[in-house]
Amino acid sequence: MAAEEIDVAYVAQLATIRLTDEEARLFQRQLPVILAYVDKLRCLDVSGIEPTSHGHPVYNVLREDVPEPGLDPERVLANAPARLRDTFKVPRIVES
Amino acid sequence: MELESLTVRTAIDGLRKRQFSSVELTRAVLDAITARDGVIGAYLWVDEADALKQAASADAARAGGADALLLGVPLAIKDILNVEGQPCTCASKILAGYRAPYDATVIARLREAGAVFAGRTNLDEFAMGSTTENSAIQLTRNPAALDRVPGGSSGGSAAAVAGGMALAALGTDTGGSIRQPASFCGCVGLKPSYGRVSRYGLVAFASSLDQIGPMTQTVEDAALLLGVMAGRDPHDATTLDRAVPNYAAALGGDLKGLRLGLPKEYFVAGLDPEVAQRVQEAVESCRRCGAEIVEVSLPHTEYAVATYYILASAEASANLARFDGVRYGHRSAVAAGTPLEMYLNTRAEGFGREVKRRIILGTYVLSSGYYDAYYTHAQRVRTLIRRDFESAFMQCDALLTPVSPDPAYLIGATAEDPLKAYLIDIFTVTANLAGICGLSVPCGTTPAGLPVGLQVLAPAFDEGTLLRIGHVYEQVREVRS
Repeated sequence: MAAEEIDVAYVAQLATIRLTDEEARLFQRQLPVILAYVDKLRCLDVSGIEPTSHGHPVYNVLREDVPEPGLDPERVLANAPARLRDTFKVPRIVES
Repeated sequence: MELESLTVRTAIDGLRKRQFSSVELTRAVLDAITARDGVIGAYLWVDEADALKQAASADAARAGGADALLLGVPLAIKDILNVEGQPCTCASKILAGYRAPYDATVIARLREAGAVFAGRTNLDEFAMGSTTENSAIQLTRNPAALDRVPGGSSGGSAAAVAGGMALAALGTDTGGSIRQPASFCGCVGLKPSYGRVSRYGLVAFASSLDQIGPMTQTVEDAALLLGVMAGRDPHDATTLDRAVPNYAAALGGDLKGLRLGLPKEYFVAGLDPEVAQRVQEAVESCRRCGAEIVEVSLPHTEYAVATYYILASAEASANLARFDGVRYGHRSAVAAGTPLEMYLNTRAEGFGREVKRRIILGTYVLSSGYYDAYYTHAQRVRTLIRRDFESAFMQCDALLTPVSPDPAYLIGATAEDPLKAYLIDIFTVTANLAGICGLSVPCGTTPAGLPVGLQVLAPAFDEGTLLRIGHVYEQVREVRS
């Protein structure tokens, strides 16, 4: 699993990012250098070591299932780049 | 009024004694911004009328008998925390035009305590960086040396406080973004323990690492603000239900009975000799105040930066998926036939280069076939790093280290070499990975006049010890250069 395997164009597609040709070339040069550096972790034997997913593990925090007021729709929709009545307007999703 | 001589503590006293009003105090802050920020560039947004209106309300409340702790005290806020009605750009083009529809929990608590929100400070875009040069909006200069960076990512907050344009500010710290700019600019910066302060209303970068903390002129001010900000919040399930001590009231005394550890991996080749000297002098000051100094080891330190950049980038790639041009912020004006085209155009135009680089890196380490090799593996190494600290804290109460291997860099010095830029964070990322708390306290300057910071690290939820050490040191500090 060598670091130089990274295919920046493909990963950009997974990330829903469109790169310029210049950015793609730059990242294709830089990211293998960063990945080669982080490969130093491979020399550590971590078998039997539990992963840490949070700075301070907290599990199953629950609250009473009671509705609480949300944000006022008008104030939320005030940030909409495009609006149609009380909805966010986006390009057509379903085939006509 | 002499703004330069005021801290949060003395401003509170002055307001209570009616030596000045909040309007006068806020006016003085706004005038300082007008006079100096054209050169420094710490603030992204200031609305004088809005700030003075908040100040007038505070004065009216005081006239009516109110006396909340921070009533009428103006603060600067890093432009990544939601303050209702104000912009929140994260120094990114993708949040252009956004106005926060609600207060972050820390803001709500400070507002409840009477604070005035005077302006919003610059940062590396989405807090990704260590110099504030990754801001898509403007450059911020270090008030101590105008040809140098203020550090980052909370560089605007540090420059505002150190440059006499804010009594205090809020920053955020994912891998050192409060402590390192505090060190570079010469102010105090506190990263609380993971779970001590709610992140609700903070635009998330790396959710298992992010914390919000105060950036101030004195350790006492940091203690005052933390006391207001800390505590359980139902809106952030990672906050712990632990009592919030009166941090400020507990300050004082000396360091007798405390054992302070020097992690040998933090005093190594590569550490700037002038930084090393200032830190050693600070260690000697602590010894003279009664602390016992012991050497300890954090053997996995050399793996911390690699671990951090895998985990932080992975979390960022997931968190930043929400910026798609649908509900708020920038949407590409390029005609799009499908939502996917709209997302691609919007994200291409809206995100800067470092943000794109980290999203790509994070997406890669989470992608099928690489997830266990990179992401899960790094989470396991994170456990080893956490255990290093657990062992060290069995031998001592707190650790003393440099904040950064170097003083502030020249503008442009770390540009376009991302790995070099990442390695700057070597002494600060460990506290975020381990979930412990950390403090940066000024400990003098280099002969060239560049500030140096002493880092104090203490176990999770032991901010009291952290602040006590910082405060005692601050009282005896001989500023040398």
